[in-house]
Amino acid sequence: MSQVGQASGLPINTLRLRTPEGVVFSLPLAGPVSRFLAWGIDAGCILAATSLLNQLLGALGGFASAASVIAYFVISIGYGIGCEWYWRGQTVGKRVLKLRVMDVQALHLDFSQIVVRNLLRFVDMLPGLYLVGGTACVLTRRFQRLGDLAANTIVVRNVDAPQPDIEQVIGGKFNSLLEYRHLTARLRQRASPESAAVALEALLRRDSLDPQARLQLFADLARHFRELVEFPPEAVEQLSDEQYVRNVVEILYRRA
Amino acid sequence: MIIDLSRFLAEERKHWSELEATLDRMDKNPDRRMKLDELLKFHELYERASADLAKIETFSSEPEIRRYLERLVARAYGEIHETREKQQRLNPWRWFSATFPRTFRRHLGAFWLSVAVTIAGCVFGGVAIRIDPEAKQVIMPFPGLKENPADRVHREESAKDDKLAGQKSTFAAQLMTHNTQVAIFTMALGITWGTGTTVSLFYNGVILGAVAVDYVYAGQSQFLMGWLLPHGAIEIPAILLGGQAGFLLAGALIGWGSRKSRSLRLREIAPDLTTIIFGAGLLLIWAGIVESFLSQYHQPVIPYALKIAFGATELVALTLFLAKSGASQK
Repeated sequence: MSQVGQASGLPINTLRLRTPEGVVFSLPLAGPVSRFLAWGIDAGCILAATSLLNQLLGALGGFASAASVIAYFVISIGYGIGCEWYWRGQTVGKRVLKLRVMDVQALHLDFSQIVVRNLLRFVDMLPGLYLVGGTACVLTRRFQRLGDLAANTIVVRNVDAPQPDIEQVIGGKFNSLLEYRHLTARLRQRASPESAAVALEALLRRDSLDPQARLQLFADLARHFRELVEFPPEAVEQLSDEQYVRNVVEILYRRA
Repeated sequence: MIIDLSRFLAEERKHWSELEATLDRMDKNPDRRMKLDELLKFHELYERASADLAKIETFSSEPEIRRYLERLVARAYGEIHETREKQQRLNPWRWFSATFPRTFRRHLGAFWLSVAVTIAGCVFGGVAIRIDPEAKQVIMPFPGLKENPADRVHREESAKDDKLAGQKSTFAAQLMTHNTQVAIFTMALGITWGTGTTVSLFYNGVILGAVAVDYVYAGQSQFLMGWLLPHGAIEIPAILLGGQAGFLLAGALIGWGSRKSRSLRLREIAPDLTTIIFGAGLLLIWAGIVESFLSQYHQPVIPYALKIAFGATELVALTLFLAKSGASQK
């Protein structure tokens, strides 16, 4: 496993890794702000848990004070270790903000790595509010605090990536452009993979766009593809810009 | 060139789903061992998804499929390429009696360095208190240590009431947590290339040396031994273990004479750091109990000879435990 340089177009907070098989994949790194917010939630959880425990321990009488001292210590140290071990790299704060601790080489997160990164908080927290850890986080390439550096861990954003549903946009409907085979062949030849990808992405996200932005985007895309190849008027009349782009994408992503 | 996305998806989707389902099963039940045919199938599915990802990267920049495949390959990669031995279920007794002392012995150099820095601190503290008695007000961390030792001994030995009555367990808890924090902090400061660990150990040594010299020159050696030995016989070695872990961490960071990468060195020592610091934590639980329930009571309540004998026995037992325990087991 090796790390590779940033490919153009990827955000700077993305770590790209190359497997021994030569396959490259990327992990979106969590920045200092989202990590700080997650820590804020975790601090709240620790506070809530210790307060609750103190209430419960009150019933113990003479041992209540001792038990509460130990409980606070165990919870404040054990919270991160326990949660990250049980939830495979996540605490409550990280779950809420969809973050996850991972091995820096995308291998299994080992128990000792979790312990080391959590115990190193003692230094990262200095002199207060994670100033040392936050500074390290900002200065290091992979947004690592000292605990992460010692434990070989990174914190990544847990991106939801469901199976793509391409069929919804490139199939099942009559495509008037397909009748002109020589023109569709020319379109495939002239359209760049980048413009095809933009068109496909636009179709997949069309429902999340503002109506005005949606009209404008598909008008621009349709104009771009019309400039590449001109189809006869009878093939394109009564086609909206969006339908035109849908037909073009079907041609590009489905071989004749 | 743009691939036939529909056909590509139709052909490959079922394999991706199968790989995803396998990974979900592994997530839910990490202890389950796969049979050989399951492993071969898993490997095949991983290679297929990797090849699909490479294809998508080469022929099309379709981001949604790429994102999905990257996530899938990243998950499977961790399972396929992990070469570290999978952790067995922890056997606490075996861990304490064999793993902990063996780990300690594997890194004796770091421990002796820890001892040497502490002794240097003791010498400094002792000399400082002798040549400049006023330094006592600066060096001693607690008001009780700043008074004349003879006055304190007289006060403690003539005390009629139990000053810790009803508070012994709380005091023990405070001692345990505070000392464990010191040990963890000493270990964690190893990340400063060992500078912080050295300062922490040296400072502890300065206080220890200053207290010892102060009481010895005041003619209170017996009180000193009876007071410190019962808990110090365990507490001081436990802090030294924290220092050992700190120097171990520093050594991995610096990597003198090692051709391994820093990342690999840190990866290799992480389990040992964990073992040593957990071991130190256990010792400090015992030390906290002893300090609260035994060390604070002096003659005539508990004879000094008994306290000193108890402390000496602990020290011998700890030395034997760390030197010999687990040596014969595989």
